[in-house]
Formats: sequence, C-alpha cells, structure tokens
Amino acid sequence: MQPEYKLELVCPAGSLPALKVAVDNGADCVYLGFRDDTNARNFTGLNFDAANARAGVEYAHAKGAKVFLALNTYPKSHGSERWTKAIDQAADNGMDAIILADPGLMQYAMKTHPQLHLHLSVQGSATNYEAINFYHEHFGICRAVLPRVLSFAQVEELSAGTPVELELFGFGGLCVMVEGRCSLSSYVTGESPNNCGVCSPPKAVRWQKTSQGLESRLNGVLIDRYADDENTGYPTLCKGRFEVEGETYYAMEEPTSLNTMELLPELLRIKVRGLKIEGRQRSPAYVGQVTRVWREAIDQCMKNPEGFSVKPAWTAELGKVSEGQQHTLGAYHRPWK
Amino acid sequence: MKISLGPILYYWTQEKLLEFYEEIAATPVDIVYLGETVCSRRHIMRLSDWLEIARMLTAAGKTVVLSTLALIESESDLKSLRRIAENSDFMVEANDMGAVHRLAGRMPFIAGPYLNIYNQQTLQFIASLGAKRWVMPVEMSLEGLQPLQQSRPAGLETEVFSYGRLPLAFSSRCFTARFHNLPKDDCRFLCIDDPDGKTMRTREGKPFLVINGTQTQSALMYNLLGDLDTLRDAGVDVMRISPQAEHTAEIIRLFRDGIEQRTSPETVMQQMESVMPEAACNGYWHGRPGMEQMFLASAVQHE
Repeated sequence: MQPEYKLELVCPAGSLPALKVAVDNGADCVYLGFRDDTNARNFTGLNFDAANARAGVEYAHAKGAKVFLALNTYPKSHGSERWTKAIDQAADNGMDAIILADPGLMQYAMKTHPQLHLHLSVQGSATNYEAINFYHEHFGICRAVLPRVLSFAQVEELSAGTPVELELFGFGGLCVMVEGRCSLSSYVTGESPNNCGVCSPPKAVRWQKTSQGLESRLNGVLIDRYADDENTGYPTLCKGRFEVEGETYYAMEEPTSLNTMELLPELLRIKVRGLKIEGRQRSPAYVGQVTRVWREAIDQCMKNPEGFSVKPAWTAELGKVSEGQQHTLGAYHRPWK
Repeated sequence: MKISLGPILYYWTQEKLLEFYEEIAATPVDIVYLGETVCSRRHIMRLSDWLEIARMLTAAGKTVVLSTLALIESESDLKSLRRIAENSDFMVEANDMGAVHRLAGRMPFIAGPYLNIYNQQTLQFIASLGAKRWVMPVEMSLEGLQPLQQSRPAGLETEVFSYGRLPLAFSSRCFTARFHNLPKDDCRFLCIDDPDGKTMRTREGKPFLVINGTQTQSALMYNLLGDLDTLRDAGVDVMRISPQAEHTAEIIRLFRDGIEQRTSPETVMQQMESVMPEAACNGYWHGRPGMEQMFLASAVQHE
C-alpha cells in the first residue's frame, strides 16, 4: 500500500532556539547547517556545532519532526574533508537526510553511508527532469529542491517525468537568478554561494551618508542610494538600483519576498512533497511566526483543497516579516519572468 | 596550447552570424563551439543551420562542438537538447546535467563551464561518464585548479574561459524584456538590437554588468592573455575566447601571437587595448574578486 500523501512543511533553523520554535509551531521537517562554509548560509553567529546538532536532532525526533542537514556548497579540493566529515556526523547523529549539490559528495555519501537519504539541493540547479533523473540514477537521490525559476506549469510538467519527490520554495527571500548558476557575488567580493556559502557578504558592505543620500556599497561598488524618505534594504547586489541607457531602476529585481500560499491547492494536486521556508539567517521569532501561519494554511488546504483561500490575517502576518514588505509569486506566475 | 571560440552568447541576425563565421574560418582558432546556449526563445537559427556552419568550419580545418542550453526548463527545451545529443557528426558540450544524462556512456562529450565542477572527485566522476574535456567554472582560481590538474584522469583535457565578458548568472527572467517593460513571453526579440548586450552602470556611472536577455555578464573583459605562463604551467590545454560583436578575429590572432611567443605578454596586452570594448579584469584567476585587475605576473611580485 502506498503511504498516505502529505505535504511536508520544511522550516529553517539557523540556531537551536530557532529549531525548537519551528518544531513547536508545527514544522514537519527542519533544515540546518554546520558552522562553516559547508552550507549556503555561512554567516557569523549562525548555525550548529556538533553538540547543538545532536541536541536538535533529539528534540525534533522526540516531537516527531525530521532533521535535514544542508551541505549545499561545492567543496574545493583543499579542505574537502570538512564536507565528508559533516556527512559522517549527519549519519552518526541520525539525521533524516542530507541536502547536497556536489556530485563528488553524493558519491561519498552513497558509498560510505548507504542508509542516508540524499536530497538534491537547489544549488544543484536541476530545472528539468532529465537533470533530476541523472542524480537519481547515479546517487539515488530521493528528493529534489527546485530552483525558484520555473513557472507552475513547468513544475507540473517536470513532476510527471521523474519518480523523485519534489520540494518547492514557498516563502522567504527570492533569488532572481538560478541558484547554483550565479557568480555575481564573487565577481564583486570574491565570495559566492557556490564557493563560500555566502551572497553579498556583510563584511564587504559599507553604508555611507553623502550629500546625495545614504549609499550602500559592496566592496566599493555602489549598489543603491536612498533619499531620506526611502526605506533602505540590505545591499544584495541583484536587488540594487542601476542605470541602463539613462534609466535608473531595479534592473534585476525589487527587494521582495516570495509567497506561494495561493498556489497551495495546486501544489497538493501535483503531490509536491516539501514546502520549503527560506531564512536560516532570520531570528527564531521569524521562524515561529512563519511556521505557525503556514502550518495553519497547509492543514486547512489538506482538509478542503477546493474551498481553500488565503486568509487576509495570514497575509498580514507574513507581510510583517517580508523583505521590502512586498510579496510575489515569483517565477511560478509566468508574467514575473 | 589550443584556442577555442565559445558559443556566441548574444542574439545576432543570421546575416551577421554567417559573416562572422566566414571570417572565423580564416583565423588560427582550433575549436569552435556553436549553438544557442542562453535563451530557448531565440529561434533565427535552427539545428540544420548550425550544422551547415559546422560543416563549413570543419572543411576549413576547425574542430566543431555543438553547445547546449544552460537553462533547460520545458519539454520543448528537452526536445532540442535530444536532437543535439543525438546528432552523429559533432561532439557536444553539455551545459546542464540533463545534457550529461543524455550523453553519458553514449558518446564522448565536453563538460561545459556551468556544470559546477569544483573538485577532483566530481571531475573524476564526470570523466568516468565519458567527458573528453571540461571547462573550468569561471570563478575558479589558478590555486583552485592546480589540485584538479594534478589528479586529472588520463586523456582528459582542461579548458579555461580566457577572454570576454564573463557569463556570471542565468535567470528565467529576461532582463532585456524587463528593460523594455515587456513580459518575456512577448519579448519581441529585442535583444537582437544589442549585439554586445546592454551595459548596466552603477548610479555613479561605472560600467558594472551587461544584460544579455536571461544572462547577466560582467561589463569588464576577462582577459587571461597576460597570465598565459601560469595557464601553461598549470597544464591548461585550451584557452576559450568568447565572441564579441567586433574584432573577434583580431583577438584570436593576438592570442595566437601570445601563445607562440611571437610577442611579449606586455606588448600583446597593449595591443589588446584597442580591441577591447571595456577595460580588462582577471581577478578570478588570482583568487580575487572577479572584477579586479591584477598586474602581469611577469611584471610584478604578488603579496
């Protein structure tokens, strides 16, 4: 008999308190990273050491939640032991899956710990079923996290071509570029998601008050300039204002958050397995709030998909924690492209 | 050291394209990559048109490789991929793991620059599937490359993106259509008006990036000609030049002069200045931010 289908709510844990809050508010799964460049949120003060990770797994398992380890950067040849050690540790700690992008690491994990479940990270840039099936055939990946670039129709088409479970981003920061296919950050700062687990790293950021307004710079490059009455945003370099042929505008993307809540009935219809919340760099309060709202929405939708509608109170609640206080369906909604 | 010409990343008219490759046929380039790698909506050239150019270049003594799309999103993209992968005359450059899946174990292929091969284990794995050559990720440094070279599987060639605007990012959003306030589905193919892309400047007027449809490139010209000695010492087999709207043939000749040591790296770099649309950068190769320009290795002592 097929196990009953369930859409899992997958929540971010940048720390042990965030993990507990996520689990207490109804996360089915939490994902976390170790405290180094083996994961794509390599920020100071964030992530888990070995003891915290063990405690986190115990806490989650005691309450019936799963723990995934994000190990989603690409190791360089020097120092790749950090990554393989992290895989060993995940296996020892009884983590439920590892999220990987690098084929060399998948091979190691498969050979050394055949019982470990492998998920293909969004950093693996698999945007079609041929690519997903490639990782499935060679490494037995059981789940793929899709880059935030496909329209819903494309996701549906893709899901029909692969036996691999799909996990989609539902809420949080929005990459306008294909994850794993963006070196903008290293072009400016030397560090990118692929090679260091960071984008537009804080250490390269400078704020400066000038006569023309408040300026944000990334390693000297002017990312944006704000008038006194404008809200400022973190200078993620694809979300700055630039000039093209005399027009100054958000040439790549406005500072907005992704929110796919209104697509929930459709996601259930095509049996998407995981709904991922972005934001390991955010506070436990954020994680708690977002998890609570999404838990309620998913439960209501599972009960009655036809009658589902997004409650204004949910939108308002999520709006409070969104980047730039704006929401978008992103690429799932075709005209965004 | 061989020279390759990468696929044209921009959308050019058929007339410009044919003229371009006629000129390329007469240059000292060894390998030419052909095909649309950036946007599946660009449709001026069909596979049969590319194959015609491929045969012309082969007759001129060039080795031709067909390149696949970097971002494959739909069933129709997959259909074009399969048509390329199943051609029996030319080698294929895989720019996505879906393409590797179609080629692995069936015919030798080139592992393109977008496959994210960052370490020995992954390189060995890709080679075991039938890769004959691999192209290093553009953000990799000499230091990052060296260990991969030392344990490189026998017979596997290494190619390095060595000249041109760096292909830095792909999106499903079209930034050219966004500039024109048009949805991608009704883009009117306006990128055809920008044979070198559109320059994006910072608010203080510095050239920063280049918009090329769904692709974002560096505004500065990555140029490793001055670093030739270190590429050679690292055992790099092929230097890739990325086409630009003007002077590509001249750039190929200057690279050939540099490789054959007819002129010193300093002199060749000076000669390049008149054919580069923007200033040069080479930071990535030196383990620095890509936009930086480090001085010639022969002319300066590094820290």
